[in-house]
Amino acid sequence: MANLKELSKTIPERLSSGHRLCAGCGASIVVRQVLMGTKDPVVVAAATGCLEVATSIYPYTAWEVPFIHNAFENVAATISGVETAYRAMKKQGKITKDIKFVAFGGDGGTYDIGLQSLSGALERGHKFVYVCYDNEAYMNTGVQRSGATPKGASTTTAPSGEKSYGKPQRRKDLTAIVAAHRIPYVAQSSVSHWNDLITKSEKAFQADGPAFLNVISMCHRGWGFPQQDTVEISKLAVETCFWPLYEIVNGKLRITYKPKTKIPVAEWMKRQTRFSQLAKEEYAAVAAQIQKDIDEDWERLLKIEALDQSGVK
Amino acid sequence: MGNIKLVPFTGDQAVAYAMKQIEPDVVAAYPITPQTEIVMGFSQYVADGKVKTEMIPVESEHSAMSACVGAAAAGVRTMTATSANGLALMWEIVYIAASTRLPIVMPVVNRALSGPINIHCDHSDTMGARDSGWIQIYCENAQEVYESTIIAVRIAEHRDVLLPVMVCQDGFITSHAVEGVQLFDDKAVKDFIGEYKPRFSLLDVDKPSTVGPLDLQDFYFEHKRQQSQGMRNALTAIPEIFNAFEKAFGKKHNLVDSYRLDDAEIAICALSSTAGTVRGVVDKLRKEGHKVGLLKPRVFRPFPKDAIMKSLSGVKALAVFDRSESFSSQGGPLFTEIEAAFYDEKSHPSIINCIYGLGGRDIFESDIEGVFRQLIDTAKTGKVKEKIQFIGVRE
Amino acid sequence: MAKDNRDKTKGWKDIPIGGLIEKGGTAKAYKTGEWRTFCPVRDESKCINCMICWAYCPDSAIKTKDGKMTGFDLDYCKGCGICASVCPVKCIRMEKENK
Repeated sequence: MANLKELSKTIPERLSSGHRLCAGCGASIVVRQVLMGTKDPVVVAAATGCLEVATSIYPYTAWEVPFIHNAFENVAATISGVETAYRAMKKQGKITKDIKFVAFGGDGGTYDIGLQSLSGALERGHKFVYVCYDNEAYMNTGVQRSGATPKGASTTTAPSGEKSYGKPQRRKDLTAIVAAHRIPYVAQSSVSHWNDLITKSEKAFQADGPAFLNVISMCHRGWGFPQQDTVEISKLAVETCFWPLYEIVNGKLRITYKPKTKIPVAEWMKRQTRFSQLAKEEYAAVAAQIQKDIDEDWERLLKIEALDQSGVK
Repeated sequence: MGNIKLVPFTGDQAVAYAMKQIEPDVVAAYPITPQTEIVMGFSQYVADGKVKTEMIPVESEHSAMSACVGAAAAGVRTMTATSANGLALMWEIVYIAASTRLPIVMPVVNRALSGPINIHCDHSDTMGARDSGWIQIYCENAQEVYESTIIAVRIAEHRDVLLPVMVCQDGFITSHAVEGVQLFDDKAVKDFIGEYKPRFSLLDVDKPSTVGPLDLQDFYFEHKRQQSQGMRNALTAIPEIFNAFEKAFGKKHNLVDSYRLDDAEIAICALSSTAGTVRGVVDKLRKEGHKVGLLKPRVFRPFPKDAIMKSLSGVKALAVFDRSESFSSQGGPLFTEIEAAFYDEKSHPSIINCIYGLGGRDIFESDIEGVFRQLIDTAKTGKVKEKIQFIGVRE
Repeated sequence: MAKDNRDKTKGWKDIPIGGLIEKGGTAKAYKTGEWRTFCPVRDESKCINCMICWAYCPDSAIKTKDGKMTGFDLDYCKGCGICASVCPVKCIRMEKENK
């Protein structure tokens, strides 16, 4: 159980105030809570995106730790280089400190353009934590659709219009793609459940190899809800099983939070203007399909958990 | 010649050996013909424990340069190698490596850029990257590329330069042909390159740096002006390093090399292996009494304008050989820059451009002799057959 | 005529090369508190020092000392209202600021 009082006393603030993220941005909450998962010095890399742009406008940097931004699609390759340099220096006896390496990428830089470099880094087994702050579109450049945008959402490149309700395709299950790389630790989490996230972050930082955290990151500008509801909206995402919280430890899946009452996804969607078109009668079937997909995925997740945990003592 | 021991090495093997002696802390590389032998050779040195280098077998060239940027920013000596489409794929990050002022050394085995796909030699790859801010050194043979790879480390890390360096050799022609190469002593090489002292390091957690911030309109220009200065400083720093190399190893390197150019009235300017072919033709025509010579630029970036102008003063007719087309409709890159360099001079020769050897098309002594004879005629009559010629293509 | 907004204070020779920022946290010179319309106000008597507001502030603007919440860093607080929203005892409310 993470102890916030202890953490507030012992963990240094790695991300300072003064960054230019929107008031109420989910991304910086993700960063702050993830970084509470380790006391060790960290080196941070970030892909081009909201987080990187807002935290490092020359000459201002909100990073109190070493930070590198390279390009949009290569944060995993970049951190691979930093981590390898560290291993080289350690082997040569030139560094003795324990340093942790963490890469932050938005869904754009992770699901889409960054997928290749992520895959390569995972396969090579570098010891780093990759955190995807998933706000479900290319938010920094104006809410363009990504492979993480959910079915039915309106974005600026797959907008709802007279002939379309928005994005027709389902989002990728990136967490499953990452798990297929057989890395020691994979997890999905949300800041709404801070204990879940910080505990998972601690495990990620302790993994002997690559670790991946997919964290839903609320964007009130892109999703269309009042800024103070950021955390509440993420809670609903979890309670509707749109964003299940689970971890895969050495290939075995365990759901870390099961809602007592599974709320219909419509309760979550109606709070966000990006789904407002789905309230129309003509799209009732789409809304129904979205619920069906979530129900099936949840059932499947329960089955996988039962299978994976059956041999576990 | 004395008792110099020569080892039979291809250009690629010579580079892999230079890398072994440099022993970078990190190498991140992806194989591509005809660079593959470098990566394979170096991987074997790693597997045999002959170097302490950590190798990252990346999944693409874009990731190779990305990982190099990460490692170099983490304060360690970093190298990679590539060719053609590999260079093209890493193009985005090649620019970033230079603008972040990281002293990465990258042997490039010159190969034609697709399309159509062609694995043989021409200079379209590195010429295409001539605006990237990397220093570029072109090498005629395995000996030159071996020595230049070692020298490149000092150039890149020079405090007034701090720019990455491409060390180029002709694909297959040099990279895969066996030559007798004189290798230097391991310790002498290590002493020459010295211990790496990075300007900053991401691993210095007590002194946190931010690398790669967003520049708005208020700072980008200043950072680029700095980069411009680094390239200008290289024009002075490189000859100094060449002198140091000569002191240490007795081998002379210059911004430009010339052969029988002192009293020449007619000259051909060519890079890399073709210069070797030209040399033979120069000797033949000199026997006939013609005052011909060869100019072989070694450093193309920074562009050694003064050295080229000095070498070519007195020349009446010049052919600049380009092993790449820049598709400007006005000739290849080397020709265009040399012609422009003459603009401020009191006089200039008659200059033609010979675009040749694209996609590995052979260039023969007879081709070169044909061009020389054209130039001899031009020097007499002032007439030029055609300004931009394609030597060796079937019409 | 448009106003020239360029920062004319540092020339290319005055700043580190390559865009390097040589120390951490320089963003603190930028006071995001100026963005605020609403300001958090806490009823100290109700506060249980659970630190949840601290864990959720996107701008690291909750001040703490020895495991206790000591106030809001109004130099940076953007007035997003998340602290008020997550507080389990609802001791924080957002008030319109008069500037």
